[in-house]
Amino acid sequence: MTMGTPPSQIPQDTVENAIELKDVEGLSQGQIVLRRFVRHRGAIAGLVALGLITILAVSSIGVGPLPGWWKFDPNTPNNVINPGGRPTLGMPTWLGGGGFAIGDAPFGQDEIGRDIFARTMLGVQTSLQVMVIIGLVAGLLGVAIGAAAGFFRGWIDQALMRMTDLVITFPVLVIGAVLGKLAGQGGVFLLALVLGLITWTGLARLVRGDFLSLREREFVDAARVAGASNFRIIRKHMVPNAMGVIVVNTTLLMAAAVLLEAALSYLGFGVKAPDVSLGLMISQYQSAFSTRPWLFWWPGAFIIAIALAINFVGDGIRDAFDPRQKKIPSQREMERAARLESSQQ
Amino acid sequence: MIMFFVRRLLTSSLVVLVSTLIMYVLVDLAIDPLEDLRLSTAPNKQQLIDSREALLSLNDPVLVRYLDWLGGVFGCFTGSCDLGTNWRTSQPVTSLLAGAVGTTLQLITAATLIAIVLGVLVGIVSALRQYTGFDYSITFLSFLLYSLPVFWVAVLLKQFAAIEFNTFLNNDPSVPLWFYAVMILLVGGFVTAAMGGPWLVRLRNFAIAGGAMLVTLLYIDLTGWLTDPALTIVGVAVGAIASAFALTTLSTGLRDRRALGAALTVAGLGIALYYPLQYLWYYLEETLLIILGLGVLSIVVGVLVGLAWGGPDRWRSARTAALTAIPVSGLLFVEQLLVNWERYSNSGLIRGRPIATFGRTTPNFEGSFWLETLDLLAHLVLPTLTLILISFAAYTRYTRASTLEVLNQDYIRTARAKGLTERTVVMRHAFRNALIPLASIVPVDIITLVGGAVITETIFNWFGMGKLFVDSLNGNIIDPVMAYLLIVAILAVVANFVADLVYAVLDPRIRVNA
Repeated sequence: MTMGTPPSQIPQDTVENAIELKDVEGLSQGQIVLRRFVRHRGAIAGLVALGLITILAVSSIGVGPLPGWWKFDPNTPNNVINPGGRPTLGMPTWLGGGGFAIGDAPFGQDEIGRDIFARTMLGVQTSLQVMVIIGLVAGLLGVAIGAAAGFFRGWIDQALMRMTDLVITFPVLVIGAVLGKLAGQGGVFLLALVLGLITWTGLARLVRGDFLSLREREFVDAARVAGASNFRIIRKHMVPNAMGVIVVNTTLLMAAAVLLEAALSYLGFGVKAPDVSLGLMISQYQSAFSTRPWLFWWPGAFIIAIALAINFVGDGIRDAFDPRQKKIPSQREMERAARLESSQQ
Repeated sequence: MIMFFVRRLLTSSLVVLVSTLIMYVLVDLAIDPLEDLRLSTAPNKQQLIDSREALLSLNDPVLVRYLDWLGGVFGCFTGSCDLGTNWRTSQPVTSLLAGAVGTTLQLITAATLIAIVLGVLVGIVSALRQYTGFDYSITFLSFLLYSLPVFWVAVLLKQFAAIEFNTFLNNDPSVPLWFYAVMILLVGGFVTAAMGGPWLVRLRNFAIAGGAMLVTLLYIDLTGWLTDPALTIVGVAVGAIASAFALTTLSTGLRDRRALGAALTVAGLGIALYYPLQYLWYYLEETLLIILGLGVLSIVVGVLVGLAWGGPDRWRSARTAALTAIPVSGLLFVEQLLVNWERYSNSGLIRGRPIATFGRTTPNFEGSFWLETLDLLAHLVLPTLTLILISFAAYTRYTRASTLEVLNQDYIRTARAKGLTERTVVMRHAFRNALIPLASIVPVDIITLVGGAVITETIFNWFGMGKLFVDSLNGNIIDPVMAYLLIVAILAVVANFVADLVYAVLDPRIRVNA
């Protein structure tokens, strides 16, 4: 700390404040949050990765009746291209492979010649679908129940929170297994809906906690004096203020949902066969690991990629909403701010 | 306080009662005991269906069956537990549970302990080095571990840490060159990043840590350690003295000469006991109880040694010496296990493939206490590793967050301003307070693990609680499922209660009867 210190007449604090102020000057709260989020490299990388995976999964094999650009169908057996269904994906020579090639079945084929790329993409679609539905259902339920409990307090709070305690009694995987066995036959949509009905509890507790403190704030009193209805106060004044908690926890919940669905399908209580799920694929193919490892690598890799991407996005959102998060400015930034400060004086 | 207990007990019982009712109905909807008969082509199909319906009284309304089941549960209060039977094998559920609970506890104890210790340690260092390369790497690692599907990791571990590792051990193993490079870079880099400091210090730390790793690996490679491991008295001595220094640094700081002396005395005692113990093991019929007794004895000896060193803060020395006694006695125990390793791995049932992928023990394997312990440990390695990988990430994140929260408090600034050493600030002011939120998470987490090691148990074929649940649910047998759910519900309620109490005891700002 001898060379690069700012001129001594400007205290360190002022310089740091100047940097901080320059970051947020003239911006609304939403803009500040957005700006912090965009600067979070991990979060942006996660968002991009998630977007790319979604585009790949949707465009390659299409959705429902819409066809995609990939030539194989996930469920029809084809001729086996390489012996044993080995992947045609070739590593470039500098990675020790035999030259880069994609070929007809880059991820390989299973024992009856079904294309693993198409199946993995269908599994990714299932995972994404489950993730979005659980996120929506659990998010809405959690916010509604938490908001009602925190806003109205009294017996409504008691009743809702005891109900939450009831659901929390069991590990999600256990109650999910029971409900999954019940709903698994009804297809992916029903399964996701049912899982959404049991995963809202954590969010509800957090939202309630936030609302309990928010309802004592002046702007709520002001709204009430101005004649706003309860619903309007909740919707227009309190939910936006609790948005940080809501968004962060919904994202984390969605990451957990991907893993929950995969685990349930693996145990046989989730998505059932003709439907394809990444967890189900791993469960079907795990005994073939020593002979056909590619059946096993790709579904796992995509589960990890999806969950990791969402976790990073969630982390970025948390940092963006948390005003206490302050990145220590680098030496260069400090010097520049100090120069600016002294030139203004 | 008593009012709080009574009220809590009443509401908790009510929660358990209602949740079992709901779950009974749900499970009844989810399972179909007639599933196999519906597809049957037997000529007397209808008769079979009728007899099973009579057996399980399926024609009664579900509430009647629930009350019947509940009556059996209430029998537990009068000493005659009846949790129903597994109707396929007509075993009573109580006897099924007895084995399952023991198995699950065995599975999760080591994993939980290791995960908590490692997670807290890494979490605190990560918080102390906030926004450094170390912190970012740990954050990334914990996110990655968070995102790993357990069953996927478990299959990979089975393949690479068991099957291929066993093959490697069988073919005259030697440490490959790339392993040297990777381990030296990894360990050196980790230690260097965790210690921090200016780059000259970092270079020195890297040299020390990497050099130690290199020596260890060379020793392992050159002495055929992989097939016939042993610490020998030198290994025990190095380990004991190193842990004496490390624990004194954490516990009182190296400037407390009496504490250091006490810790080193304990280490010396351990080294001196190395050869006498060999005779003891030879003549003694070991049981787990004796081993545990010896462990406790060593801690007591540690306390006595500390007190004997005296001084104004004799209890500080006693604490340090007792802490040191744990790794020292552990080293002596491990050494005896390692001495027996070759005999275990070459025995007829193992045939040189020691790391097991399946079950809790090798069937029909019998031997001395040491061999049977080795057998259990060889079966425990992979499931424990799997469980640690998941819990470690969570504990690291919790600890990091709560430590950062604590480090921003005014009393930390006050402590620093008073001129206390960094060790005192971190270990006494920050560490203890950072553990408070953790104390309320750990009980709940352990209970979740008791009920939720479902996947790990299924993959590694441990007949614990989780596997009992999955198998029964798959086999459409309601009574074991309900027994499992009942136990999980009770444990969850108890865990929450314990968490609240612990929190209230540790943090006087929380009022219990609020």
